[in-house]
Amino acid sequence: MESANFPLFTIILMTLNIQKIRADFPILNREVKPGVQLVYLDSTATSQKPLAVIDAMDSYYRNSNANIHRGVHTLAEEATKLYEDAREKIAKFINAPSARQIIYTRNTTESINLIAYTWARANLKAGDLVILTEMEHHSNLVPWHILQAERGIELEFIPVTDNGLLDLDVYKTLLSRSPRLVSFTHMSNVLGTINPAREMIVMAHAVGAITILDAAQSIPHLKVDVQNLGADFVAFSAHKMCGPTGIGALYGRLELLEAMPPFLGGGDMIKEVKLRSFRTNSLPYKFEAGTPAIAEAIGFGAAVDYLNSIGMDNIAEHEHEITEYALERLEEIPGLKLFGPSADKKGGVAAFTLEGIHPHDVAQILDKDGIAVRAGHHCAQPLHEKFGIPATSRASFYLYSTKNEVDMLIQGIYKVKELFA
Amino acid sequence: MDDLYREVIIEHYKNPAYRGKLDPHDITFADNNPLCGDHIQIDLRVGDNNIVTDARFDGHGCAISQASADLLIESIIGKPLDEVKKLNKQDVLDLLGIDLGPVRLKCALLSLKVLKAGVYGLGEASDDLVE
Repeated sequence: MESANFPLFTIILMTLNIQKIRADFPILNREVKPGVQLVYLDSTATSQKPLAVIDAMDSYYRNSNANIHRGVHTLAEEATKLYEDAREKIAKFINAPSARQIIYTRNTTESINLIAYTWARANLKAGDLVILTEMEHHSNLVPWHILQAERGIELEFIPVTDNGLLDLDVYKTLLSRSPRLVSFTHMSNVLGTINPAREMIVMAHAVGAITILDAAQSIPHLKVDVQNLGADFVAFSAHKMCGPTGIGALYGRLELLEAMPPFLGGGDMIKEVKLRSFRTNSLPYKFEAGTPAIAEAIGFGAAVDYLNSIGMDNIAEHEHEITEYALERLEEIPGLKLFGPSADKKGGVAAFTLEGIHPHDVAQILDKDGIAVRAGHHCAQPLHEKFGIPATSRASFYLYSTKNEVDMLIQGIYKVKELFA
Repeated sequence: MDDLYREVIIEHYKNPAYRGKLDPHDITFADNNPLCGDHIQIDLRVGDNNIVTDARFDGHGCAISQASADLLIESIIGKPLDEVKKLNKQDVLDLLGIDLGPVRLKCALLSLKVLKAGVYGLGEASDDLVE
């Protein structure tokens, strides 16, 4: 159905067999209402899930459901193995030296909060400088606001330039003030900007700062090698990379994780408990209190397998092609303003405003044609304030997105304009 | 094309009759919709017998939020405050003449929340006010 609308040369240029990939995602087949096919352009909020992930979780519940780590019966062993195998897969996927350095969390937000509640509370005192950026998601702002109120740490922000890049000259100046921590996003969820993470981490290390990389938007779309980047901490979520909600991960450098106090207290994170004391478990369990999201962890592992089977370089190339095309088509629309850098400096995100029409109305009217885009401030309110706008509409792309879908978006936007004309 | 974007809503969005501020005023209140950043401020003048003699709204947001504010203001001028206090969700939906899902309902009800918080003299516009 899809290819019928493609000119022949497009098919040849396509890096991926999109039809085959789309068949892996049952939801992409659904109609939003009778006769209106879903056009899902909201993968930056959450990706859709391939059958392999759904099946892995389903199979766990049907065949292997048991609590992990404690039981000696067959099911408990199977469940534990599936859960720990997934951790190994995730570690390999980001080239972590060992699976012990992968802490399961609920999501990127919890990963960042874990560092704020453990490492930061053990290491930061009043007056210590933490550098963030103006393009951060609320999840990399509010934990530091909370710590600032509690501890009196200082916060500074690397500004965003008009074309949506970080101002690295200001970053250099801020580094001269000896920050203790630099925490920033690898890829902006609004502008799509891919920040020069390696360079920024090297610069931070040169002044003795610890670094946190919010990789929620990068790991699903690019090959990320945590050792090559040299990051101290990397936070990410399964649900943006074809996995389930409710599970994410924190990667940390071994000596940092070893030295950190525990996060939540309870079962599984202890080696020994007395009435008045406890000893923490070894890594990674020290940070995983209570029965975890077992099925979700298994789904996370299946998502990694799935992405590997397609190839991260192929995915990145496909998304780049779609994004380049989308930006080109969007730019043609009178009254439409795009935010963020050019396609060569960004991932598959196109945030825009339409003159005189609120983004919510844009999204609502597009929905009538089955087109799912997001409207709002995308949990990056300060960034929108910087650009002097309350909200944007955002279309985002993933491995299953097609140029045909971009064309439908463009048609839809013209319809919106007509309605408000 | 679309029930949600009936002509009356587009019309009130593009050419609101009651957009602005009142100075002086007897009651003023403002709040945001935290989900989308929509902002509404409402100013009221209240005359003898607690009758609303004039009212205006200001702010920014989607067509639904701005049109419902304009329609709401239009509907309360000349009414006693006691009646304004009794307005609820259904009254706003009747003014708009549409049915809304849970997300857009928040857009439509922001102005009523702000109005009632102001009239009751509350510090905060809570969702309970518009149930």
